[in-house]
Amino acid sequence: MTTISAGRERSARIASVRRDRPGALWAAPATVFFLALGVLPIFGVVYLSFTTWNGLGSPQWTGLANWRTLRSDADVLQGIKITALLTVVSWLLQTPLSMLIGVWAAGPQRNRAVLSTLFFLPLLLSLAAIALMWLALFEPNFGVAGQLGKYVGVPDGNFLGHETRALYSAAFVIAWQWIPFHTLIYQAGARQIPDALYEAANIDGAGRVRQFFSITLPQLRNTVIASSVLMIVGSLTFFESVFLLTGGGPGNATAVLPLKMYQDAFVSFNMGYASAIAVILVVVGTILSILIVRATGYHKMSSEREGL
Amino acid sequence: MSTGIVTQAAPAATRIETPRRRRRRRAMNVPAGIGAVIWLLIVVLPVYFIVITSLRLSESYLSDGALTLPSAVTLDAYRRVFELDFGKFMINSLIVTVSVIVLVISLALPAAYAIVRNTSPLVRTAFTVLLLGLAIPAQAVIIPIYLVITRLKLYDTLPAVILPTAAFALPLAIVVLTSTLRDIPSELYEAMTVDGARTGKIFRMLVIPLSGGGVTTIAIFSGLSAWNGVLFPLILTQSEQRRVIPLGLYNFQGQYGTDIPGLMAAVVLSALPVLVMYVFGRRYLLRGLTAGAGK
Repeated sequence: MTTISAGRERSARIASVRRDRPGALWAAPATVFFLALGVLPIFGVVYLSFTTWNGLGSPQWTGLANWRTLRSDADVLQGIKITALLTVVSWLLQTPLSMLIGVWAAGPQRNRAVLSTLFFLPLLLSLAAIALMWLALFEPNFGVAGQLGKYVGVPDGNFLGHETRALYSAAFVIAWQWIPFHTLIYQAGARQIPDALYEAANIDGAGRVRQFFSITLPQLRNTVIASSVLMIVGSLTFFESVFLLTGGGPGNATAVLPLKMYQDAFVSFNMGYASAIAVILVVVGTILSILIVRATGYHKMSSEREGL
Repeated sequence: MSTGIVTQAAPAATRIETPRRRRRRRAMNVPAGIGAVIWLLIVVLPVYFIVITSLRLSESYLSDGALTLPSAVTLDAYRRVFELDFGKFMINSLIVTVSVIVLVISLALPAAYAIVRNTSPLVRTAFTVLLLGLAIPAQAVIIPIYLVITRLKLYDTLPAVILPTAAFALPLAIVVLTSTLRDIPSELYEAMTVDGARTGKIFRMLVIPLSGGGVTTIAIFSGLSAWNGVLFPLILTQSEQRRVIPLGLYNFQGQYGTDIPGLMAAVVLSALPVLVMYVFGRRYLLRGLTAGAGK
């Protein structure tokens, strides 16, 4: 306390302290740079959604035309369906595994360091490298899929070329890449759970499973929310993985909405229409994260450790 | 916004954490351990596959079987990859990565200094704008970015990749750096001011030397997003002269899809610099990854 008030006195005495604080100009380059390439494009994409533009020349104002077409576009509907499905499958695949491994990794194992060195490898590889690797592994004739497929009920080893299996295979590859990251989140969350809770449970004779459901899971509530928001908002933008793995195929079985946007914009150069799809992505992403935060009461930031 | 949750969780963890005590009291969790080992196999086997395949002769890939040890070890696949100009792609990626790191640090550090030491409404608004940026997905704004880049006559140049990559690394960089700079006691700033130092000198003598940890973290995640990024190069470049590694990999797949050992050698080469960093600075790298992977 004394040091703080002493500091205050001193700064009051020396008037130059205020003057020698950095001016707003210090923040200007970063702010202007980000406004130009991050914030203005948001307004740009809304504007472009009311125009027709082929990527050259100037955008032509066409009012609500794109939005009217959008309402009855079967491909957009398919894109929304596939995106939703991929999001749900990804969440169901990644959340339990990340939680299980994260809680385990927060525990007392001696050789954890060695294991986690290997465990985080997927985080280091680029999406392109991961896609290339799994394309080779999923290759039905000579890849591992051809050899091991029969053990998981796919004797022909055809994963990425199959109407329904392609989506699950993509979800698996995405999980392969992201589980280490979410595990880190759960590990940090599990380490914060006070020991006293487990000690009390031990005294009361609660078993390991009971402890998990009565202590670990409720205590991890905020971690689950944080990880889920990242997963769900992130899955709206699963563009690169799908683009590199299946290109949306077979047919349009894995054509997520961002991929449809990419094809409209940069394959058929329907930039205005693609912008309307991009607006949907921004709006849905924002609404979803607000909804999750509201529904779970996360914004109140209440502590799970009240009374401890 | 979403990533902020993660970065904020970290200091709280160190505050409450009492690992040594808990380690004695919590018993091994066997089922979770088994699950972890199974997932570890799912992680390690494909990595083993890449390395082992890249060392095969292209003829023996088909006859050997995918997961067996190679009948003869050869670097032939690597030679083929370099004959296809992969060296050029690596140089392009290196230029992009270094430029992004330099640009992000030189923009974010002064901004973080202003945000921490200047409480005027103007600076606070700028900070809010940058924080909102955490929630903007790059895919959603790629069309206007394409418009801006073509208008600036930058299409199919390396700056076309560098500028947006740096811009989208900036919000997180500023979040990380402001929390680093907040840890510098204000007495230090005041002591320097008493000695007559102006902002420029304080920045050089105090802010830069004391922000090493934060700068390392943002260098890692902005560098990784530049080295591994697919979206911006895919949309904003075209010619082989400007190709970066991720696009090079993608094009190899299209053109030489049957030469699996060659493709896997390219994958190994693309990850090699990151792996070397991982071996020497695992702690820093993981911190950078958790800061950045949320995007």
